[in-house]
Formats: sequence, C-alpha cells, structure tokens
Amino acid sequence: MNGSTAPKHPLDGLLRTDRIPHIWCPGCGIGTVFSSSLIAISSTGKDPANTAVVSGIGCSGRGAGYVNLDSYHTTHGRAIPFATGMKLANPELTVVVFSGDGDLFAIGGNHFIHAARRNMDLTVICVNNLNYGMTGGQAAATTPHLAKTSTTPRGNPESPFNLPLLAYASGATYIARWTMLHTRDLTQSITEALTRTGFSFIEVLAPCPTGYGRKNRLKATDMLKIYQEKAMVKNGINPAETILDLEHGITLGKFVEYDRPTYAENYKAVCGE
Amino acid sequence: MEPAVLTGEHFLNGDVACAEGALAAGCRFFAGYPITPATEIAEHMSKRLPGVGGVFIQMEDEISAMAAIIGASCAGVKSMTATSGPGFSLMMENIGLGIAMETPCVLVNVQRAGPSTGLPTLGAQGDMMQARWGSHGHYEIIALSPCSPQEIFYQTITAFNLSETYRIPVLIMADEIVGHLAERVIIPQSSKISLQSRPRAKGRKDRFKPFHPGANGVAPMAHAGEGYMVHFTGLTHDERGYPAMTADAQAEMIERITGKIQRNLDKIIQVERYRLEDADIALVSYGISSRSSLAAVDEARERGVKAGLLRLITVWPFPEQIVRELAKRVKRFITVELNLGQIHLEVQRCAEGRAPCLLVGHAGGAVITPEDIVKKILEQT
Ligand SMILES: Cc1ncc(C[n+]2csc(CCOP(=O)(O)OP(=O)(O)O)c2C)c(N)n1
Ligand code: SF4
Ligand SMILES: [Mg+2]
Repeated sequence: MNGSTAPKHPLDGLLRTDRIPHIWCPGCGIGTVFSSSLIAISSTGKDPANTAVVSGIGCSGRGAGYVNLDSYHTTHGRAIPFATGMKLANPELTVVVFSGDGDLFAIGGNHFIHAARRNMDLTVICVNNLNYGMTGGQAAATTPHLAKTSTTPRGNPESPFNLPLLAYASGATYIARWTMLHTRDLTQSITEALTRTGFSFIEVLAPCPTGYGRKNRLKATDMLKIYQEKAMVKNGINPAETILDLEHGITLGKFVEYDRPTYAENYKAVCGE
Repeated sequence: MEPAVLTGEHFLNGDVACAEGALAAGCRFFAGYPITPATEIAEHMSKRLPGVGGVFIQMEDEISAMAAIIGASCAGVKSMTATSGPGFSLMMENIGLGIAMETPCVLVNVQRAGPSTGLPTLGAQGDMMQARWGSHGHYEIIALSPCSPQEIFYQTITAFNLSETYRIPVLIMADEIVGHLAERVIIPQSSKISLQSRPRAKGRKDRFKPFHPGANGVAPMAHAGEGYMVHFTGLTHDERGYPAMTADAQAEMIERITGKIQRNLDKIIQVERYRLEDADIALVSYGISSRSSLAAVDEARERGVKAGLLRLITVWPFPEQIVRELAKRVKRFITVELNLGQIHLEVQRCAEGRAPCLLVGHAGGAVITPEDIVKKILEQT
C-alpha cells in the first residue's frame, strides 16, 4: 500500500511507525493487547513523556520495541526489577511492564512476587499465551496440565499457576484477568491500573497459533471461540475461586482493588527524607 | 539532609570506605543482596542513603539488584551494587545488558575464595578473568583494584567518573582483606573531589539518536522521562537503538562499545610504578597482594636484587603497552596474585617471550606474604 494514502492510525503518535512491520504472526493475540495498552495510556491524559515501558524477552516482550515512549527491552525475566530501579530513581514516572507469561512467571517469577509484596508502584501487563511463543512453543509455568507443547510431546505432566491467586497471595493491590477479546474491559482495567498507585497486575489471555495452537490443534479462531464460550465474568470474586480451564471455564474480571502504602511511601515514612 | 561527603579523618574498613566513596561520588541509588564479605557496603548504604536524598533497596537476589541499578541509571540516577563471588556470577547476564545499553553504573566485588560457596569469610583474587569475560559476547570492561580502605574510597569515585564518562558499567575488584581491614581514611572537602557526569542529550527530541557517538566515541544519554522517547535494548541495535539483526549491525555495535574504551586507554589506565627505573625483576600485582609486593621490593633491594613493582590500579583494560615496554628492559616478570595465575596470563601475553614470566600465586584464603615473594625473587638470582 502506498504510505502517503494510508489512513493515519489513531495511535500513530504512540507507535514507533518506523519499526512496523512487527514480528508478530498472523492470528497472534499480542497485537490486540498491545493496542489496548496504547489506548489506555493515551486515555489517561498523562504526559507521554512521563510514561516508560519495560519489557523482558519473548514475543510479548517485543512490545517495548514498538511503543513510541521511553522503552526498555531488558533481559529474560528481569523487566520488573529493572522497572523497580527506574521507578525508585524517578517517582514521577508511570512505569508499565509489558511481557509474557514465561518471562514474568517462570524465569522472572521471583521478581514478580517480591514486587507485589512491596506494592511497588508498577502496572504489570502479562500476555498469557500458555506457552513460550518466541522459542517455538515450549511448556511454560502457565501451560495447562496434559496440554501438548514442543517440550511436553506426551502432554504436560505439570500443573499451571493460577496467576491472579499468585498475585493476590503475593500482595498485589489490583488484579484483573481478561482475554484479548474483551478489549473494552481490558482497556478499562489498564487505564485504572495506570491512574492508581500500587502494584497492579493484569493478565490477558491471547492466542499463540504458531506455538500452543499448532501443537494442540487449535487455530486462532478456535482459541477465540473458547474465550467466548468459556468466559465467566465475575468481578470482585476471591482470586482463590477463579479458574482457567479451557474446558470448564475461564474466570475473568477485576478481582482485587484495595489500597495500602507503596514501597516508596513506606520508605519515606520509615526512613525519612 | 546529612552531608554526603564526610570530610575529615576516619578509621574505616574498606567496605565502609567504599560506601562513603560512592556517596561522595553522587551515588543516590543502591540495590543489593547480602553476601559476605560485601554486606557492610549494603548495610552502610541503607543507613546513609535516606539522609542524602537517596534510595536503598534490598532486592530478592543479585540478578534483580543488577537489573535495578541499570533501570535507576536509565532514569538518571548514579547507582551501585556490591557483592562477592556467588552474587557476582548471578550478575553476569545483566552486566552484559549494561554494556549493550551503554548505561553507567558501578559494581563492587569484594572477592572471597571460590569456586562455588568457597571460603565465604576469606579473601582471594580469583574472579579477575570472570571480571573480564564473565558475561557472554565480546566487549570491553573497566575494572579497578584497590589495595587499602583509603584507596577504595578514591577508586569508588574514579569508578563512577569512568562509568559516567564512558557510559559503561565499572567494576571495583576488591577482596575480603581490603574490605574488612580497618585503617585511616582521609575524606577530603567536597570541593576537592572532581566529579564527572554522563554526556547528556540535547537538541531536537524527534531527531535524537541515543547511540550516536559524540567526539570521544561516547553517545550522549537521554533519560526516561525527558521526552526523547528513546528505545534501549539488549538486542544488537543501531544508533537509534533499534534492533538490527545483521552481521554488519553487530560489527558496528561491537566496534562502538569496544572502540570507546580502546581509543581512550591513556585516559582510563592508571598504574603505580615503584622502583622500576633500573629494575631487573618487575613484580606485577594489584589489590591486597600489591602491598606485600611493595614490601618485597624493598626487602629484595636490601639484599642486593634490583626489584621493582608495577601496581595495577586499573586491571581492565589491561595496561598492555606498559607491560610491553617493560618487557624490553627487565629480565623477569613475577606476577603476584591470590589465584593460581590469571593476570599472570596477561603479563605472559604482553611480554611476548621477551622476558620469562613467573608467578607467585595462592589458591586464596590467606594473604601472600612478602617472604613468599622475596623467596621467589632470590631463586631467580
Ligand atoms: C536467560 C535466557 N534464557 C532463555 C532465553 C530464551 N527465551 C527467549 S524468549 C523465551 C520465552 C518467552 O516466553 P514468554 O515470556 O511467555 O513470551 P512469548 O514469546 O510467549 O510472548 C525464552 C525461554 C533467553 N532469552 N534468556
Ligand atoms: S510465536 Fe506465538 S506468541 Fe509469538 S508472535 Fe507467533 S503467534 Fe504470537
Ligand atoms: Mg508466552
């Protein structure tokens, strides 16, 4: 298509248009989560110059590379501690972590629970595609029991984390789960997370047709159908009662929102100026 | 607010002197994880930083500590971490991130004997090659080695200055003995301490290229929150910071991150020459071992042997040219270090066969005494 006649995308200002085309496969769900994040960032009305995006490594982690904000594509699993240093060094910044389930909950799981415990003022968006997309569809800490991946060819012998419950037990003060089909709710959750203080966690289910989909004979559209048919929106439900089961149901909603002092507030109160 | 520079005469151990050096250098963010024999640095920073408007955080491990100081530096704050062997190993991947993102920060390794958990409370100098090559890929690094609490105070300031000037992580390769040794430390007036800061972005924000080198090969830096909308990545990237997955981009980036150091060696490398002018035997040493070497030189001279000492203040980049020159006129090199031959290999390489290279080494857990060294010197005559 001729660039000069192409209509301007409403999010062009927040996109690094000179880095498009992106690497994401056709049917991949990451792009939709990424767009919702950009819409949320622009709808807060905050100065974009004061928003930084930090990613780890993975297909989802490439998010940082396409956003026209101060953006940091770090090492595998380490986006949260990098973001922690950045936020503590400049408390004026709104710091968003955008990364994958493998990055945030396998190699980076320890950092997630500690940042939640500290109530570090970060917004963490996790694209959960139930596997390691980037490296070719291996098992993750989110892969359902018995699901096939390239490293669980006979089915996954392990059981996955329930991420909202993990976040709740760790001390996160805002917790929501949506699928990439629920763009309106998702965008609203991200907006709420960005405008509040404290550790906010948003899990978003998104298909990876190339990895998880191919191994489990689920086309992108099949995955979307599951999202639609199995979704049960239960706002305010105790995270311990949420489920993520592609057969029996997927609990979605904003589960948790409460206030307690952030790391920085406690540091100021306890250690003084 | 409390004073950042504690001008006056003190009695401090090396760890505390290091922390005071960091504060005097303008360090205002410290992330760390406890480990003997470096813990006192974190403890002292936790006590002092709030009083000077800084932040201390004890992270969940050394991986996150290293990530956090790079994040803080990208937001414009001078930052540091401190560790020892096992933690140093955990920091390796993110040292590479700091190298690739050209982000200033300082990492102190108060070395203990390894491998593995080793001798937690006893000193060694066994991580010298790890300091040089421990992170994957080809890169340059700057590493200093202090021999006393007074020197670690100054070297910490130098480390910050070098890291800011060249936008690179700088290592302070101390050891347990220097870390725990308490001696007189004189802290000068703050007006007597010269501080450098990273070159900063200016000009049109939409045209700024965060990795376009300036005159000395170092690119001006834009911080998060300044409106330059920069992209930093550990992937091979071009001058815009954008991933570039080609061999040409790789060659260009590696040239940039190594060239900025190689072209400024004369400004970076510091050594001390002691009685080397007419020396037949040149000792090469650094850190705690260089103090025993100094005493050994005098002792050998008293016994009629013309010995001298090349004390490495900067260990990496290795003072190649200086050793090459020395090799033309000394009869022997003896490297003295608390490992079984690491810097020794560098001396051998640079001597290029012109002078035999011997080693007074030790596996760690004790100091090398002047007697050990004198014995080796006398064997050569
Ligand atoms: C230390 C380290 N180990 C392994 C890898 C290889 N690796 C790259 S991405 C990835 C998994 C990413 O999975 P996830 O975070 O779920 O992202 P996705 O690609 O699914 O979006 C792995 C294992 C790496 N880059 N670094
Ligand atoms: S491999 Fe999967 S996660 Fe990665 S871009 Fe393709 S579909 Fe998306
Ligand atoms: Mg994934």
